[in-house]
Amino acid sequence: MNAEDAPDRVGARAVTADTAAVSYLLRLGDDALVASHRLAELVTRAPQLEEDVALSNISLDLLGQARLLLSYAGRLEEQLTGVLRTEDELAYLRDESQFVNCRLVEFPNTDFAHTVARQLLFSAYAVELYTALGGSTDGELAGIAAKAVKEAAYHRDHAARWTVRLGDGTGESARRMTRALEALWPYTAEVFASDGVARAVSGTGFGTDPAGLRPAWDAFLDGVLAEAGLQRPAVAPVAGLGGLGGRDGVHTEPFGYLLAEMQHLHRSHPGAQW
Amino acid sequence: MTRVPDPRSAEEARGIAAEVRDPELPMVNLADLGILRRVECDAAGTVTVTVTPTYAGCPAMDAIRDDIRAALAEHGYTSVEVRTELTPAWSTDRITPEGRRKLAEHGIAPPTGAAPAGGGRRVGVELSVRCPHCGSLDTREVSRFGSTACKALYSCGSCREPFDHVKPL
Repeated sequence: MNAEDAPDRVGARAVTADTAAVSYLLRLGDDALVASHRLAELVTRAPQLEEDVALSNISLDLLGQARLLLSYAGRLEEQLTGVLRTEDELAYLRDESQFVNCRLVEFPNTDFAHTVARQLLFSAYAVELYTALGGSTDGELAGIAAKAVKEAAYHRDHAARWTVRLGDGTGESARRMTRALEALWPYTAEVFASDGVARAVSGTGFGTDPAGLRPAWDAFLDGVLAEAGLQRPAVAPVAGLGGLGGRDGVHTEPFGYLLAEMQHLHRSHPGAQW
Repeated sequence: MTRVPDPRSAEEARGIAAEVRDPELPMVNLADLGILRRVECDAAGTVTVTVTPTYAGCPAMDAIRDDIRAALAEHGYTSVEVRTELTPAWSTDRITPEGRRKLAEHGIAPPTGAAPAGGGRRVGVELSVRCPHCGSLDTREVSRFGSTACKALYSCGSCREPFDHVKPL
């Protein structure tokens, strides 16, 4: 979708700097939370012990980022509405259509190549995102970004190494890595799509318009794919239902199952602690 | 019982908080790790301790907060607030020389060199990690991710022992 054609996606209300900031933080927080949960699904199921440890660590980093971003979104929203939603309420008590993560992060693990591809595409974006947000005019968001960028750099490195190992490995590993990249690539356009929220936070300096992150992301991906002996997939972006996507709360079918599992405990035992 | 405000209190409270051990690296304390930022004491006797997490999702932070409160309570500081501050982000450069020595003494290789700049680097040249058991530099990374978020798993080519390495951040 052309950046200029994208609708301002906060319903009938005009996008003001403040509601845009809340929407923007929810996007970042939801991306991190859902990416974290997909990796958490692999705990005790990774192909080798070291990988089990690595994926759990990455999942934990992403969960930490999600907690900071969602709790900050909740506090900013409280200033507008007078009602505070805590990080737990945002994570466990919203329905599918209220989540605004990109569809890329909700893609199922399918096989290890799909996990690697998802991590590669997402963490390469996260590095550019948090590098840019380190210069946010908002001190708290800049602080979160400065923390997250160091972690994201490790995540990207991990995924890039695996991409090279699989792409430049056996015929079977290269075939699977190719298939995974082809399956996920169509969902990357949405990550970089500009819209009203993105332009509003970019205008105030609170956030950054993701469209501007694409060239650096492309350059990094080209480098890794060349080293792995893989081709950039020639596939068109996947449009969401009625032109709407993850940022509008329109998700892929597997996402509902992810939420059901993630939210089940909290919904069945509200306030449970251990 | 709340302490009578005293200019020495902040300094004493700092000493107590500094001695709190990391639950996952019990050989080092909060000062050694560089995660203790400030300890302040207001006129009402409330002690405010400011700490910074190593990693955003570090699960030890909750335990550290509880341990700080418990240690101060033991010395009569009952009104304690523990705050978390992210900026400037923690880096392994903040681990003190004393902290590095204690880590190595307990079989954990301390971070080597300065922390990599956030994000910009794709392939970097890394310094060899010295084996904390035999001192050999013939070591290799088994996994960049280890038993906790802040550590990587290494093994030594000389003495064949595996060991943890606090990875530069």
